[in-house]
Amino acid sequence: MIEHELSLYINDRLHQVVVDSRRTLLDLLREQLRLTGTKKGCDHGQCGACTVLLDGTRVNSCLVLAVTCEGAHVTTVEGLGTADALDPMQEAFVQHDALQCGYCTPGQICSAIGMLDEVRRGVPSHVSSSLEAVPAVLDEREIRERMSGNLCRCGAYVNIVDAILSQVG
Amino acid sequence: MSIQAPERLSFIGRDIERVDARLKVTGRATYAYEYPAEHVAYAYGIGAAVARGRITGIDSSAAQGVEGVIAVLDHTGAPRLGETNNRELLVFQSDRVSYRGQLIAAVIAESFETARDASQLVSVSYEQDEHDVVLTEDHPASFRPEHVAYRVPEVSVGDVETALAQAEITVDQAYATAAAHHMALEPHASLAIWEEDQLTVFESSQYAYEARDVIAKLFALGPEQVRVINGYVGGGFGSKGSPRPQMVIAAMASRVVGRPVKMALTRQQMFPVSGYRGPTVQRVRLGANRDGELTAFEHRAAAQTSRLHDFAEPCTTGTRTMYAAANRFDTHRLTRLDVPTPSFCRGPGEAPGFFAVESALDELAIASGVDPVELRIRNDTTRDPSTGHEYSTRNLVACLEEGARIYGWSRRRNQEAEGWRTGHGVASSMYPTYQMPSRAAIVAYPDGTFAVRLAAVDIGTGSRTALLQIAAEQLQVPLARVNVEIGDTSLPYAVGAFASLGTASWGHAVHLAGREMRQLLEGTDTIPPEGLRVEVDTAEEIQARPAKANAAFGAQFAQVSVRRHTGEVRVDRLVGVFAAGRIVNPRTTRSQLIGGMTWGISMALLEETALDPNLGEYVTSDLASFHFASCADIPRIEASWIEEDDADINPVGVKGVGEIGIVGTAAAIANAVFDATGVRVRSLPVRLDDLLGD
Ligand code: FES
Ligand code: FES
Repeated sequence: MIEHELSLYINDRLHQVVVDSRRTLLDLLREQLRLTGTKKGCDHGQCGACTVLLDGTRVNSCLVLAVTCEGAHVTTVEGLGTADALDPMQEAFVQHDALQCGYCTPGQICSAIGMLDEVRRGVPSHVSSSLEAVPAVLDEREIRERMSGNLCRCGAYVNIVDAILSQVG
Repeated sequence: MSIQAPERLSFIGRDIERVDARLKVTGRATYAYEYPAEHVAYAYGIGAAVARGRITGIDSSAAQGVEGVIAVLDHTGAPRLGETNNRELLVFQSDRVSYRGQLIAAVIAESFETARDASQLVSVSYEQDEHDVVLTEDHPASFRPEHVAYRVPEVSVGDVETALAQAEITVDQAYATAAAHHMALEPHASLAIWEEDQLTVFESSQYAYEARDVIAKLFALGPEQVRVINGYVGGGFGSKGSPRPQMVIAAMASRVVGRPVKMALTRQQMFPVSGYRGPTVQRVRLGANRDGELTAFEHRAAAQTSRLHDFAEPCTTGTRTMYAAANRFDTHRLTRLDVPTPSFCRGPGEAPGFFAVESALDELAIASGVDPVELRIRNDTTRDPSTGHEYSTRNLVACLEEGARIYGWSRRRNQEAEGWRTGHGVASSMYPTYQMPSRAAIVAYPDGTFAVRLAAVDIGTGSRTALLQIAAEQLQVPLARVNVEIGDTSLPYAVGAFASLGTASWGHAVHLAGREMRQLLEGTDTIPPEGLRVEVDTAEEIQARPAKANAAFGAQFAQVSVRRHTGEVRVDRLVGVFAAGRIVNPRTTRSQLIGGMTWGISMALLEETALDPNLGEYVTSDLASFHFASCADIPRIEASWIEEDDADINPVGVKGVGEIGIVGTAAAIANAVFDATGVRVRSLPVRLDDLLGD
């Protein structure tokens, strides 16, 4: 086992930690820092439950080795809002009942926030008709496509799409 | 003292926010693997590399030598376990391998990374036997099981052969459905903590008391020595209805190493180890007159199980209750193969069974020229055609009519545009209404608050919210004054969350407890500091129910588009109307129904865990190769219902909505595919290559 010292910001707080070089960002959050809001669904980049914002961009934290995060800014679901003051996206998920078991939910919410930012920046998707529009066009079909990296086995997609649509300005 | 509010408070039927939604969207709901435990160790399982055979040697010395490894457990040194009727749980007790991927050893280490890494260093040798993993309709080793999901395997009424011979129209077709895995998003996980001879397990379980009793027996403990906590569960769909090997391994390892141990199945391990919907091969024979009125109804099903445990998918039991036909026969065959044990999976039996039956009905509609909605209405019945019992409520016809109205069935048209052809299909849904005894306690406190306590569980269904509404309605106090405590065997006994019987069974108990508490408070002046407590059991009332047939019904309408040159199928629209008793919470009910219908689309078009007959293994064992519906696969889904007042089933009138949404959906879609293309697909999932070739 090789250990590394690492400094990174999680939800705007500086953390100095020693990590196993094999440790993913996901397991650093969950097992070392007890930030268990970020979920492990597959550990292989195939479900999206572990989605966090890494320097503002959505990533599967199970595919990021912690040691690569020196100096990085990570936002997890715990950093978005509190039970009394939810982030608008969290509030939209509550209002639209865009969750059932809740296990995919933190990843869905982080992913949705990251996705809206990609749209603002004009990042096209597989179904975009224009590759150049800034911001990119966002309709139901685009949301479905862009959110397809976040699986929900409970089948809450219909409500997830509605929740996100309600946040499209 | 009176807690009677001046105006009657009503909460049942109200659209109330899911009570744990805020916890879930902020990541503060705690699932089994996430409970903090001091000095916890990690277990990582190792699966067998042959489908049938014997372990001849395990060398774990290299793994033992890795810094951070605490122990390696396998059949050569593992503690002996006690009794169980599920041999899947007898982990590390013998050198036998019964299916590929069966857990045969585990590494316990200081960290997950070390445990996983060291597991690669364990070398295992086998004596391999020839395996048999392929289900066929008439497998030579097949037999009629003694029961299928607690029901008789075969029912015969009248004389099907004669009726078929005399029928003006007959349908005789074979149908098949693929193996598919539950794949709850939360992997099966257990955290076991021993304190002296007391064992606490945080468990991803749909049924805490069952898990407790099973684990107590295996470790030769009294039930009171085991506590199981399942506060939040990340989906189950049947796979978490009974304990899985990781629970036994965590408890065993924790005892061996003297520390808390946690273990989660990896996503890949979930395929062999956590159950699945087995494949089915079915045959339906229908006889009818020229008007489409059924005279004969036969349904045969073949399914597989493992060599460890008999589980028979109850494919034809739903058929017994569906349509009027004087002559009926249904039966099951089961074959033991060298495969993992299948298990209950959302809409067990009905989901695959209705694909066959509701497809066959569509074939009869085509053959008789009767509209498929009308055909189903014509064959409706007021009595269960197999038992003769009257239905407490049966609103299949109302669902068909209302669904047809919402969908615009009479105005449907086939279109072709830009290479896409559109078609429409319909199918009926049904799920029996079950109920099992449960207990519930309510405590009233001097500050005017109440605690509702029972070992129910909310696996995402919204039961926490529904129970709150039922309790507040009985107590006649605002929701904010009631706390629902569930998910722990230190609470009164409650049955598990399965077969759509959870809210009905628990709601009944909470309703009774609430009523008793209200009566108690009416004769009480002051509440002592420790509170006043009542506890009830529903067993007697359930016994006393009238002998009637109880089931929820529904109708689903699908519009699909099929791309002419590629065979790609897209569901454009799905409408479902259901009659499932009283709806406690429209918001969570709609979510449940939509969830089930989403599963139905997924079953129709995507789900198949592919078997490699040479390896004897389900090979598409991750989420990149076993596909279930993603966001892009799911259109707008419209789910609504017809409210029913059914006091015969339970005092709250709840029938349950967890399963019915998936029943019939795949048939509605396959029927729509036929309508669009003229190609009848009788084997799920519908594949591109089924639709190519013209
Ligand atoms: S846990 Fe990272 S994508 Fe599934
Ligand atoms: S809410 Fe359960 S997986 Fe999405």
